[in-house]
Amino acid sequence: MSAASPTIPVDTLVPVEIHPDVALVARAKEGDTAAFEQLVRQYDRQVFRVAQHITQNREDAEDITQDAFLKAYEKLDQFQGNSKFSTWLVRIAVNESLMRLRKRKTSKTVSMDENVQTDEGSIPRDFADWSPNPEQQFGTSELGDILRKTIQGLPPGFRTVFTLRDIENLSTEETAEALGLSVPAVKSRLLRARLQLRERLSRYFRQTKTEGPKP
Amino acid sequence: MTCTDFLSQLTDYFDGQIDAELLAEVQGHIAECHHCHVVLDTTKQTIEVYRDNEIYDFSPELQSRLHATIMSRCREVKVR
Repeated sequence: MSAASPTIPVDTLVPVEIHPDVALVARAKEGDTAAFEQLVRQYDRQVFRVAQHITQNREDAEDITQDAFLKAYEKLDQFQGNSKFSTWLVRIAVNESLMRLRKRKTSKTVSMDENVQTDEGSIPRDFADWSPNPEQQFGTSELGDILRKTIQGLPPGFRTVFTLRDIENLSTEETAEALGLSVPAVKSRLLRARLQLRERLSRYFRQTKTEGPKP
Repeated sequence: MTCTDFLSQLTDYFDGQIDAELLAEVQGHIAECHHCHVVLDTTKQTIEVYRDNEIYDFSPELQSRLHATIMSRCREVKVR
């Protein structure tokens, strides 16, 4: 009688997927600058975009992008691979951006549109439908101006959550981790950010003609 | 479900993190309340229009310049 070892169903042998970034980070840790260069190439746009969204300042965004990558390089040993490399990098960029904002808090405050006062829990006031596609109403540059202007008017805390969650596609948990916030706090800020932004955009995108009652 | 209840569920609704019973309530409310239907639709469009449009210029020139500076600074760190 053979002492057969218990067989493991094939479908339980799930191969562990290793993210390509993990190998690049490992090589970079060993001094392979080309590997780190590859990571820079992959994520420079994302880091710049996050910094630009948070600071609303192009020069700051350029400086932050450089500083964030340098800091990441210097601290590669601290990256344990518990989160995605991109999330870790974005967290560094967010910290650098917020630090930059704090430094110039007296010099340039973010503009607030006067007629938007949506408080948490309040029901948005603008109920106008938009045309089927806002992008069809405006040229690329005009739409870009509108999007920049409206997001610039958000309080930095809301703008940051919206940027990470809705533009950079971080999960709620990753956003919470990057900002040192609780998950409920992220959800609350995200709701407020989305509704405020929607209301600001409504000025541009609302339909001007009535299409008749909806069922 | 009231409009305020609907709003409080909006984030979870977008994230698909809402249980079946509540989902049915939300959908029932949207079907009946035109205002909330519009809020849902225009909020969704808000997210999409931002997600789909690169609103800050990141030219190849800027990328090259950043790239060169970053790698130059990294190599300095390595030398030390």
